Amino acid sequence: MQGTSSVRQPLVTGGKTYHDVTHDVSRQVEGKPSKLWYMAFLTAASVLALGSIALLTTLWEGIGTWGLNKTVGWAWDITNFVWWVGIGHAGTLISAVLLLFRQKWRTSINRAAEAMTIFAVICAAMFPVIHMGRPWLGAYWALPLPNTYGSLWVNFNSPLLWDVFAISTYFSVSLVFWYIGLIPDFATIRDRATGLRRKIYGALSFGWDGAAKTWMRYESVSLILAGLATPLVLSVHTIVSFDFATSVIPGWHTTIFPPYFVAGAIFSGFAMVLTLMIITRKVYKLEDYITIGHIELMNIVIIITGSIVGIAYITEFFIAWYSGVDAEQYAFINRATGPYWWAYWSMMTCNVISPQLFWIKKIRTSIVATFLLSLVVNIGMWFERFVIIVTSLHRDYLPSSWAMFYPSWADVGVYLFTFGVFFTFFFLFAKFFPVINMAEVKSVLKSTSEKAHK
Amino acid sequence: MERDTHFILGVYVDEDVLLHAVEKVRGSGVKIHEVYSPYPVHGLEHALGYKRSKLPIAAFLFGMLGTSLALTMQFYMMKFDWPMIIGGKNYAAFPDFVPVSFEMTVLLAAFGMVGVFLITSNLKPWAQPRIFDVRSTDDKHIMAIDLANNTSLKEDKIKSILTSSGATEVNRKSFE
Repeated sequence: MQGTSSVRQPLVTGGKTYHDVTHDVSRQVEGKPSKLWYMAFLTAASVLALGSIALLTTLWEGIGTWGLNKTVGWAWDITNFVWWVGIGHAGTLISAVLLLFRQKWRTSINRAAEAMTIFAVICAAMFPVIHMGRPWLGAYWALPLPNTYGSLWVNFNSPLLWDVFAISTYFSVSLVFWYIGLIPDFATIRDRATGLRRKIYGALSFGWDGAAKTWMRYESVSLILAGLATPLVLSVHTIVSFDFATSVIPGWHTTIFPPYFVAGAIFSGFAMVLTLMIITRKVYKLEDYITIGHIELMNIVIIITGSIVGIAYITEFFIAWYSGVDAEQYAFINRATGPYWWAYWSMMTCNVISPQLFWIKKIRTSIVATFLLSLVVNIGMWFERFVIIVTSLHRDYLPSSWAMFYPSWADVGVYLFTFGVFFTFFFLFAKFFPVINMAEVKSVLKSTSEKAHK
Repeated sequence: MERDTHFILGVYVDEDVLLHAVEKVRGSGVKIHEVYSPYPVHGLEHALGYKRSKLPIAAFLFGMLGTSLALTMQFYMMKFDWPMIIGGKNYAAFPDFVPVSFEMTVLLAAFGMVGVFLITSNLKPWAQPRIFDVRSTDDKHIMAIDLANNTSLKEDKIKSILTSSGATEVNRKSFE
C-alpha cells in the first residue's frame, strides 16, 4: 500500500498499511496503561496536588503571599501567563497555518500539538484570573456586564480587555478545531470496540459514519477553520504584546513587540511540541509516524523563529540608542548589566546562541540533542518574559522607588500547579484519545509516495 | 420488511480504484446511496456529483454577525450608555474597538459554521449511525447501493457491475 519514492521521503516510514495506522494508534487507547504511564500520571497529579496548596493559600490570603511589591506589581504571574500562551501557539499554527500551506507532514503531529495548545491556554488563563485577587468577582472586571465596581461597563480601550476576548476566542476556536478533527478517529475506535467503550466513543464520535458527503463538509469546515485560526493565532500574541507595548514604561513601549512576540511564541511552542512528541513517540513506539524528518523540520522552524527573536533583541537595543531617549537607553543597559544581568544572559544564551547549533545537520537530526535544546529554549523563553517584565518595572521613574523582585514560595507553587494541570491533562489525553490523527495520516499515506506508483 | 433496508455493498481497497469505480457504476445507471471512507478521498465528491458545500457562506454570514454585534456593543457602551474619558481618548475610539471586533468575528464565524456543519450532517452525541461495514472507519471504502432506488436492475446485475469495477468483495446488508 505504501511505496517508496526516490524523489521524496515518505512521511510515514516502515511500509505501514491503512490498517497498521489504525492499529498502532488505537492500541494505545484500548490497552491497559503501562507502568510508565501510571508513574508519569501520578507524578503529574502529585505536582498538581502540591501546587494547589500554593494556589489555595493565594486565594485564601490574597496576592500578598506573592513576592510582588509597590514597584514590581507584575512579575512571576504575568511571566507565566505569557510563557504558557506562547507555548499554546504551536498547536494551532501547525494545524492551521501548515494546512493552508499544504505541509502534509503536519498530519502526524497536529493532534498532540493542538491538545498541548488547549492545555497550555488553560494554564495561561489561570494567572490573570488568580491575579484578580478575588476571581469570583472577575466576571465583572473581565466581561461586559454592567456593574458598580468601577465604570458601568468594562473599558474597551484597554489591551487587558482585548486579551480577555483574544484568549477566550483562541481557546474556544482551538477546542472546536481539535474536536472536529477527533470525531472521525473516535468513530474508528468505536467500530473496533464493544460494550461500554463502544458506547462512550460512540457518543464522542457524534455518530460519524464517514459518508462522502460528510467528509466533503468536513474538509470545507477544516479549511475555513484553518483560514480563521491563522489570523487568530497571530492576533493572540499580538494582543498579549499590546499589554506591554501600549504602555509608557521604558523597555515596553516599542512598536516591534507584536511580530517579536509572535515569533517568540512559535519558537517556544515548537520547542514544547518537540519535548512532548519525543517522549510520546518513544513511549508509544510511534517512530514510524513521527520520524526524524518531522523532528528536523520542526528544528528548522526553531532556527528561523529563534533567529527572528535574536534580531528583535538586537533591534530593541539599537532603537533604544537611536531614539536618544535616556530612559529607554538606561532600561536596556540595565537589562544586560544591572542586577538581573543573569536573567538577561540566560535568555540570550538559551534563545539566540544555543538554537544556532541546529544549523549543523547532525545536531538537528539527533533526538537527544533536540530534546535537550527544546528544554533549553523553553527555559530561555521563560527568562525572556521575566526580563521584559521585571527589569522594566524594577527601575521606577523615581530612584527612591527602585526595588527588586524575589519570588515567594507561593509564586513558585502556583507555577508548579500549572505544570501539574498541564501534564495531568496531557497524560490523560495521551491515554484516552488517539494521539495521532489517523484519518489525516491515512489520507497522505498513498499520495506521498505516488511518484513510485506512476 | 421494507425494501429500502436492503443494500448491496462494494468493498474497495484503493482510493484510485474507488474513484474510477464510482464513475463506472454511475455510468452503468446504478444509483449510489453513499460511499463510506476511513479518510477524505479527494475528488470523490465530484465523482459522486455532489454540489459544493455552502458552509463557507454560513461562516461568512456568522462572521459578519460577529463584527456587527461587537461594534454595536462597543459603541453603545463606550459612546452612548456610559461615556467616560479614558486617557483623553474619544468616546468612540474606533481603532481601540478593532481587536475585540476581530475576535468576535472569528468566534461567531467558527462556532456558527461548526454548528451548521453538525446540524446538516446530523452529528450529535446521541446519534445512532447505520454502520454498513465497520471496516469503513479502518481501511476499506464501502460503496452502498440502495436496492429500493435501483428497482430497474436485478440484484445480480448490480453485483456484477460492482465486481467488474474493482470491488474486492460484494456483500448484501439488510437493516431491521
